[in-house]
Amino acid sequence: MDLFLNQILAGIATGAIYACMALAVVMIYQAIDHLNFAQGEMAMFSTFVAWQLMQWGVPYWGAFVLTLAFSFAGGVIIERVLFKPLGNAPVLTHVAGFIALFAIINSVAGLTWDFTIKQFPSPFGSSPFLGSQLISTHQAGMIGVTIVLLILLFLFFQYTRIGLAMRAAASQPESARLVGINTSWMIALGWGMAAAIGSIAGMLIAPVVFLEPNMMGGVLIYGFAAAVLGGLSSPFGAVVGGFLVGVFENLAGTYIPGVGNELKLPIALALIVTVLVVKPTGLFGRTIVKRV
Amino acid sequence: MSALQEVVNDTQPVETTPKKYMALGTTASVVVVLLLCLAPLIAKNFVIFQMTMVLIYAIAVLALNILTGGSGQFSLGQSAFYAVGAYSSAILMENFGVNYALTLPISGAICFLCGYLFGLPALRLSGIYLALATFALATAMPQLLKLHYFEHWTGGVQGLVITKPDAPFGLPMSQDMWLYYFVLVVSMVIYVASVNLLKSRSGRAMMAIRDNEIAASAMGVDVARYKTLAFGVSAGITGVAGGLGAIAVQFVAPDSYTIQLAIALFLGMVVGGVGWLPGSIVGAAFIVFVPNIAEEFSKGLSGAVFGVILVLIIFLLPHGSRQIAYTVQNWVHKLGRRG
Repeated sequence: MDLFLNQILAGIATGAIYACMALAVVMIYQAIDHLNFAQGEMAMFSTFVAWQLMQWGVPYWGAFVLTLAFSFAGGVIIERVLFKPLGNAPVLTHVAGFIALFAIINSVAGLTWDFTIKQFPSPFGSSPFLGSQLISTHQAGMIGVTIVLLILLFLFFQYTRIGLAMRAAASQPESARLVGINTSWMIALGWGMAAAIGSIAGMLIAPVVFLEPNMMGGVLIYGFAAAVLGGLSSPFGAVVGGFLVGVFENLAGTYIPGVGNELKLPIALALIVTVLVVKPTGLFGRTIVKRV
Repeated sequence: MSALQEVVNDTQPVETTPKKYMALGTTASVVVVLLLCLAPLIAKNFVIFQMTMVLIYAIAVLALNILTGGSGQFSLGQSAFYAVGAYSSAILMENFGVNYALTLPISGAICFLCGYLFGLPALRLSGIYLALATFALATAMPQLLKLHYFEHWTGGVQGLVITKPDAPFGLPMSQDMWLYYFVLVVSMVIYVASVNLLKSRSGRAMMAIRDNEIAASAMGVDVARYKTLAFGVSAGITGVAGGLGAIAVQFVAPDSYTIQLAIALFLGMVVGGVGWLPGSIVGAAFIVFVPNIAEEFSKGLSGAVFGVILVLIIFLLPHGSRQIAYTVQNWVHKLGRRG
């Protein structure tokens, strides 16, 4: 029973990371109807920036805040420079753009910080949480930070003017423009926020998977799986999907014989394909009716 | 609107150009084939090996071109099929002692089946979802290959070492040169077959689906069948390329077939020109030689170079090498008229 509970809690902890990645993916998907294949690499790069800041002697939370600001600015710049000019280009062109971004960021990170793995500190430590053997303080911290982040985002989108404007720009771009919302900058803002959310995921998962240029590959695939499961058109769904996928991954790894760590990525692949085939809109997504 | 859209939507991969243009195209192909035949006679062994790799990647890029240019679907997971082909050939050669040439059709058939089966669920996905599913496939592939259940066959993380075949009938050739000519023949056969496939009834059906799925199905084209068929054929050809690649490199290991390979093949297609089959070899030469040049300056630079060039092509040269070929063709044509 302890093992079971332990696995559920550990699943929720990693699920928190997947939820952040899924949320970042969904924010960009809502803004421009495309999946950001470079989301993981962007998060990885931000994490390296945080690591570098700490190497220079900045305390953890200082580096955390500076990295958020850096990621936000980076996301906005990428949107302005690369994806705004692409505009309504076809899917293939966009995918080529994301793939280019993926290759560039991965390679630049490798060139700057080299491909050896690095330790990344956790602000929460790794002692047992509240004396319980079930969950470590870092895992509890991961869950805590994610929940705070979600509440802040909810408040932002629900109760601020700019949050409302962003929602309007995502769901009805034409009408939003007519009432005077600058939809183009709302998209850039979405990119910035997605990059910042991704960087939080990166900084929280780095103490677990260690810091190296390819660290986000698996996390991103799980983020995609979570986003697809929850429904690409629903931020709430993405978060729920993240937690579900995290728990599912851990339980499958423990209880299905022969799965273990070796098969983590194939499980995510199977999950993505299954959801896309059985219920393409995900659990909470809305069906998009295409006019012919 | 980007010009890539035009490539995918407005032009046929098999050009129906007037006779005069055709003559130029034919001359160019004859020159290229002659160069490919004669080059090894003066080149060093290592250069021959690189040219072999160019041909092999050209086959893989061609396969992607059939899928994208032909049926309008696209895949970021070609590295997975390449890996399956490579492993099939390697296992057949090392564990069962099958002749290397005979492993290729078997690898192709296995990959055709894999592609067909993956194509079945992928059928219901379009555009971005298909990209997602294939992206996940490419990422998951190395882990599947490392699986300890198959370790007896695949050699796990260590991979498998393959012996390079000698030239048959006592021909006075080095192994590299023999392999080059062998690959050259295979790639020409596949090229001609692909051109004919796209010209055939099936090819026209695929292009109809690419241009307008609903219209195609209204005309009686079995959309599901041709989409999965395109996926299967593309995977099968990639598998043959993978098998050849394994023989040429003499080694297969899970980490040779990561998402980086899929990105390289995708880039090769975009550089060559989406849907333009002759561009495959240009794209392949690009993905073989550019990393070599980039790595001379700094290790790990090739990814950045790939990415930057991909961005430049999207914005400046959306038709890839096809655009250059057409410009040259127009020049020649103008000069001819003047003279």
